[in-house]
Amino acid sequence: MSDYSEDRRRPRDVETAVFQYGAAMIFLWLLTGFWQLQVQDPEIYEQRAARNRIKSIPILAPRGTILDRDGRILVDNSPSFKAVLDPGELKLEHLPLISEGLNIPYDKLQTRLRTLRRSGAPGYQRVIIKEGLTPAEVTFLEAHRAELREFELIRSQRRLYLSDGLAAHVVGRVGEISEAELDKEEFALFEAGAEVGKSGIERQYNDALAGKDGSRLVIVDSRSRRVRDLDVVEAKPGRSIRLTIDLDVQAVAELALEGRSGAVVALNPRTGEVLALASSPAYDPNEFVGGIGVSQWRELLNNPDKPLLNRAIQAQLAPGSIFKPVVAYAGLATHVVSPGFQVHCSGGASFYGRFFRCHHWSGHGWVNLEKALVQSCDVYFYNVGKELGVDRIAEFARVAGLGSATGIDLPGEEDGVVPSSTWKARNYRERWFPGETISVAIGQGALTVTPLQAAYSIGGLAMGGVWNQPHLVAWEDLREIRPDFETPEPKRAEVNARHRRAISRGLWGAVNDGGTAARAALADFEICGKTGTAQRVSRAYALEKNNPRLLDDAWFVGYAPCRDPEIVVAALFENGEHGHFSAPIVRDVIKAYYDKQQRLEWSQRAHPPAEAEAPAKAAILRPGGAR
Amino acid sequence: MTGQYRARDFDWTLLVLALLIAVLGVMEIYSTTLNTSWQGAHTRQIVWVALGLLLFWLCSSIDYHWLVEQAPVFYVLSILGLVAVAAFGDVVNGSKRWLPLPGGVQLQVSEFLKVVLVLLVARFFGGLPRERPSLADLAKIGAIYGVPLLMVLAQPDLSTSLSYVPILAMGIFLSGLRWKFWAVAAVLVMLTAPLGWRTLQPYQRERLTTFLDPEADPRGTGYQSLQSKIAVGAGGIWGQGFARGTQTQLRFLPVPHTDFVFAAYAEESGFVGVLIALTLYFAILMKIVSNAQTAADAAGMHICMSVAALLLFHILVNIGMVVNKMPVTGLPLPLMSYGGSNTLSTFMLLGLVNNVRVRRYTN
Repeated sequence: MSDYSEDRRRPRDVETAVFQYGAAMIFLWLLTGFWQLQVQDPEIYEQRAARNRIKSIPILAPRGTILDRDGRILVDNSPSFKAVLDPGELKLEHLPLISEGLNIPYDKLQTRLRTLRRSGAPGYQRVIIKEGLTPAEVTFLEAHRAELREFELIRSQRRLYLSDGLAAHVVGRVGEISEAELDKEEFALFEAGAEVGKSGIERQYNDALAGKDGSRLVIVDSRSRRVRDLDVVEAKPGRSIRLTIDLDVQAVAELALEGRSGAVVALNPRTGEVLALASSPAYDPNEFVGGIGVSQWRELLNNPDKPLLNRAIQAQLAPGSIFKPVVAYAGLATHVVSPGFQVHCSGGASFYGRFFRCHHWSGHGWVNLEKALVQSCDVYFYNVGKELGVDRIAEFARVAGLGSATGIDLPGEEDGVVPSSTWKARNYRERWFPGETISVAIGQGALTVTPLQAAYSIGGLAMGGVWNQPHLVAWEDLREIRPDFETPEPKRAEVNARHRRAISRGLWGAVNDGGTAARAALADFEICGKTGTAQRVSRAYALEKNNPRLLDDAWFVGYAPCRDPEIVVAALFENGEHGHFSAPIVRDVIKAYYDKQQRLEWSQRAHPPAEAEAPAKAAILRPGGAR
Repeated sequence: MTGQYRARDFDWTLLVLALLIAVLGVMEIYSTTLNTSWQGAHTRQIVWVALGLLLFWLCSSIDYHWLVEQAPVFYVLSILGLVAVAAFGDVVNGSKRWLPLPGGVQLQVSEFLKVVLVLLVARFFGGLPRERPSLADLAKIGAIYGVPLLMVLAQPDLSTSLSYVPILAMGIFLSGLRWKFWAVAAVLVMLTAPLGWRTLQPYQRERLTTFLDPEADPRGTGYQSLQSKIAVGAGGIWGQGFARGTQTQLRFLPVPHTDFVFAAYAEESGFVGVLIALTLYFAILMKIVSNAQTAADAAGMHICMSVAALLLFHILVNIGMVVNKMPVTGLPLPLMSYGGSNTLSTFMLLGLVNNVRVRRYTN
């Protein structure tokens, strides 16, 4: 080996020498570069460094507006001023002055700057430090322009929501991106200081609404005055989004809920389009624009009525008797009962050694399926439930869309709970007791649903087993926003026409034939529906505590027309004591829907259809202006 | 061959030169990160240098003949490491380069691959039976070499994968190929360059085009070139003084503690400082070459020359970028740029050179 190495030794001396000379040349070449810049003509660069600085000033893209189905504006923008900070120029000794002049608490300002540093935005990128400046603050920045070189004043758009919190839970709100959100993939394209959607549609479609900021590259002198523009990249405005919400129906729903805790959901079961989605009490999203005060925020958070909660998709409560149509469907589909099957109700019955009362203590006498739905007879459904067993109830409840989120295009939708023996084993490591099934059969026990699920479930059942996914942006609009979007297929289950008729006769009778929901009856229209009165705690306990928050929840789900419905409405009135107190809410919403259809029809008759097709941007309805 | 050597045989000059540059680096990192979110980076860099010294000693102690023999094992291990990066790596700035280890440490496997490739090239060309490598030999080493190179390229990390090329090129160069081969290679490069242009990522293309005309686009990558030029020019002959460079301190200079650390150094210490630093770098290279000339065998010589070629490439590309003579890339400046993986791998490579030196009298 050594001989062989010796042989090959000589030529390498030439090659290493070549490398040495090559390296020397490269170093000399690099050195000439420094020579030119630093020795030959340093003045040029010294001057450039001292005077001419390139700054990039953002041109903010206006956020897209949010419209209702007729093109009426739900969320708009209004012009305002923003103070933009160049973190690279910031002098820490200016902080107290900035804090005072712009009315930002000192500690809050420091937190902001910490967030900025952590996000690692390059030093030459600017960030919004405050928006919606008052005239005094604008004057302050103008006056201190030479001193506070780190600031730039720019025109921008400020988000403007409907007053009184109308549709607040649907459209959501905006706010400054938080530290936690900066790490999420959803907000990958946003930098610290950006305004992003925080909830509702604003969050769900933030990417489309936000657009893309542009920038103006300017050369400024040593006093931070603009010398000339270098380059302008125009902002790409955000896209407007049209919702399926009908402002007229939405307003009526919110009026009907006024002063109560609850929610209303109106869907078109043929398409899944959401016509109204209301939650009460609401809050004013305008308070969040440009940052909400700590005390206001705490007040909203600690409010026992939970105004920030979107009850329509987040309240998970026992449905009570509105669950009975689902149990009826399960009983009929499995042939446990037939439409003619009868049970005698004497005001209660014993199961597994315990006495279960009917809500009608003196008893309903002999009842069949139709009468059981009309009178909401508990004993009938106790018997059906006992025969079915909890797992078959759960199976059909899931088919009918309960127990999992519907997939509506809103963030934060809850699943609800459909109990079964496996559910209990998994969550409590306990066996299912047959006695619990009896409660579940009338919509009590561990069963919980959201108002949206209630409307979705009953609507699909009334359609004869077709559940169209609820959505707030029409599918054809969504395909434009997201090119790779595929329209979800409706969920289908076979519902025998005879069974469907039997259930719908019961739900018709509940409203129109002396049933529990007579208050929902409407003179000219056929409405079907079911009341629900769901206990929060046992009756005895509620009476003993005398706490209004423990009173029964009032539910009502109604749809019209009974055959092939085009609108289904679920109303939840928390602590409303009895389901029939919710029935008028649903009636009003359905009436508003049909009144509008009729108005459109009349106007079409009066004018040639082409002119009347799209109602112009009508004045925005502001219900209860003095609320 | 035994592992016996004396402290007198150690290449102290090499070590002292490397430490002097590392001190300049730590000082500049301190200066550039003052009052920024990176504040304190210099203490971390000191820890990296200390760990680097440990690895230097370790890479000197194990006989390099054994290391060269084990090169295939290291090769397979590092391929597995790259696979792990692809599987578990964190995506940073659109590229997967870092392997998260327990304890919050992030390892850049592609940096340590350099050490393995140096050993691999030394084994291949040091053990060739014929006078000159045949084309079949070249195809073989090309294939072995190509796998990790393409894996790093796919991360995507163009500059690090390019930095592997000089190691292999030096091996081929030393194996004594005729000028005809180089002519053929030149023609091939010219033919494939347009093809390579198309496979470049848009941001890489932009960098190349703005390199050709940085003043045309002062916002994009041209912004970085221009700010670097202004910072260097602002330094003048004597510099603005330690931690007093306006361009550096006002953060006009992008990434001043990593890729553009030399621009910050040039602003604060001036042409005189640049002259000192470049002299130190040149001295290190010459010391490595002299170790190659006194190496006991072909494998040892190959190790030294590959390391020299790799370091020269890094210096050329990084400092060339600072004075606008090279396109903007993310290649760090060895021993000066902030960063754990690069500092450690550089000390390991220098350790291998020292390894060759202390065993120059064996046989």
